[in-house]
Amino acid sequence: MFSKKAREAGQGYLFVLPAALTILVFILIPIFYALFLSFNDVELLGGTHFDFAGWKNYENIFDDTRTKIAFLNTAKYVAIVVPCQTILALFLAAMLNTGLKGQSFFRVLFFLPTLTSSAVLTLIFMWMYNKYGLINYLLSSVGLPTYNWIGNPDIALYSIMIMNIWSTAPFFMVIYLAALQDIPDSLYEAAELDGAGPAKKFMHITVPMLRPITSFVIIMGIIGTFQLFDQSYIFSNGSGGPNNSTLTVVLLIYQYAFKSLGTMGFAAAIAFVLALVIFLATVLQRKFSKEESVF
Amino acid sequence: MSSKNVLYVFLIGYGIVTLLPFLWALASSFKTFAEVSNGSVSLIPHPFTLSNYEKIFVEEELFPRWLLNSLFIASVGTLLNLIFNSMCGYALARLRFPGRAGMFYAVLAVLMIPFQVTMIPLYLILSQLGWLNTYQGMIVPVMVNATFIFMMRQFFVNFPKELEESAEMDGLSKFGTFFRIVLPLAKPALAAQAIFVFMAIWNDFMRPLIILSDNEMFTLPLGLNQFKGQHYSYWNLIMAASMVFTLPVLAIYAFFNKFFIKGISFTGGKF
Repeated sequence: MFSKKAREAGQGYLFVLPAALTILVFILIPIFYALFLSFNDVELLGGTHFDFAGWKNYENIFDDTRTKIAFLNTAKYVAIVVPCQTILALFLAAMLNTGLKGQSFFRVLFFLPTLTSSAVLTLIFMWMYNKYGLINYLLSSVGLPTYNWIGNPDIALYSIMIMNIWSTAPFFMVIYLAALQDIPDSLYEAAELDGAGPAKKFMHITVPMLRPITSFVIIMGIIGTFQLFDQSYIFSNGSGGPNNSTLTVVLLIYQYAFKSLGTMGFAAAIAFVLALVIFLATVLQRKFSKEESVF
Repeated sequence: MSSKNVLYVFLIGYGIVTLLPFLWALASSFKTFAEVSNGSVSLIPHPFTLSNYEKIFVEEELFPRWLLNSLFIASVGTLLNLIFNSMCGYALARLRFPGRAGMFYAVLAVLMIPFQVTMIPLYLILSQLGWLNTYQGMIVPVMVNATFIFMMRQFFVNFPKELEESAEMDGLSKFGTFFRIVLPLAKPALAAQAIFVFMAIWNDFMRPLIILSDNEMFTLPLGLNQFKGQHYSYWNLIMAASMVFTLPVLAIYAFFNKFFIKGISFTGGKF
């Protein structure tokens, strides 16, 4: 007969075994494998061959023009999409939290894009962005200029931005909605007694009280936008075109890993740099928002 | 009064912005190719036709197959996630065993690793196992999810102990207690988890793109993308296929709506 302690330990291992094995084989080992790959030249033809390459793959990141373009595109995308979707989500949530009739209907309605797959949304938007599509029709019917949304290299990335702000904001809206429930009504009542209007209450109570959630929303937004892939892949048929305008870092990693030969190690190195960039961006954001909350 | 009306104008306005793409896609899926290709923007198909749906199900032999592949992979994957994440979360919350802290930190660390880092080795490992282009290659690597292990742990930490203790007094084993007493009481957390995991697997584009190479093995997002390539100007067909793809998720959402919002507030509120 085992002691009670030993039995509990045994049961503990049985309970975590499936998760532990899966994480070990498909996440932890791959991380070290990826590190190894990033320092090698990998050749997949006729079995896999590795040639130690030192820092060469990492050095090449700075010489490769397409990598530079991909990082610039991605940075631009993150810098525009994250603030836009955060502000939109906050406003939508605030509007839905005013106790209006039918707000649960609007909440369900607004949430639709978040449920729909990126592949479907991208196809719907490609169809709307079409030369004769709905968007150009609406623009021209009110006398605004029309665009070649997908084919013009100056516009294509913005087309993806618009689509993604539209589709991601509702998810963060729901997070904000949950957080809004936790703000005590007494704060608003006190402000009202002091004669504050809706705008003042929003700026001086809602926004500051939501700061920790905003920090969370921005971090999730940064992580999500840095990983943009599906939309630019489908938009450009995997090329990142026109003229590299929709080439993102993840699309580039995909291309170097699976579409061109002999560049898998280089792709692994770019993936590590991307992970590092995401990590640094979230750390900076956290630091920044903590300093802010001191005041 | 007037500020209320302004709010309604905004809400309805944004409602239209949300709904219009879906309505336009739905309308296009009932239009003939002639109407779609002459640039009609009407939201009411004229003439109205079901032939697009007929075509994708009857003439596109692979379309039903893609639908089944997606349903199979997402359902089995979700079921395994529910069981394994809960088991692991429960052990981390309740059972004492050497290495528990290490396991917990491993779960937290894994939360921060972007998929792009592990995807190249994942491809090589699956290729070594002979699992490229297979169902197990699609399911096994995602049958566990660190986010939900963490969430379930938080859930079980706050779970009243008395029920489990009395079940054990009655002679139930730990497994018996877990599957017959604890899991049934964790339904709201499981429901939220089920929707998120199902949606993530159902909508996933990048992993199948890497793992699957045979048309027959494709899931819907891949199939849809290829479909677009083959019928690049037949937007009526593409939109019909897109609508079929969207329906199951909407049905699940309608069914679980309550849990869904609760689940998000639960995960959102923790940070």
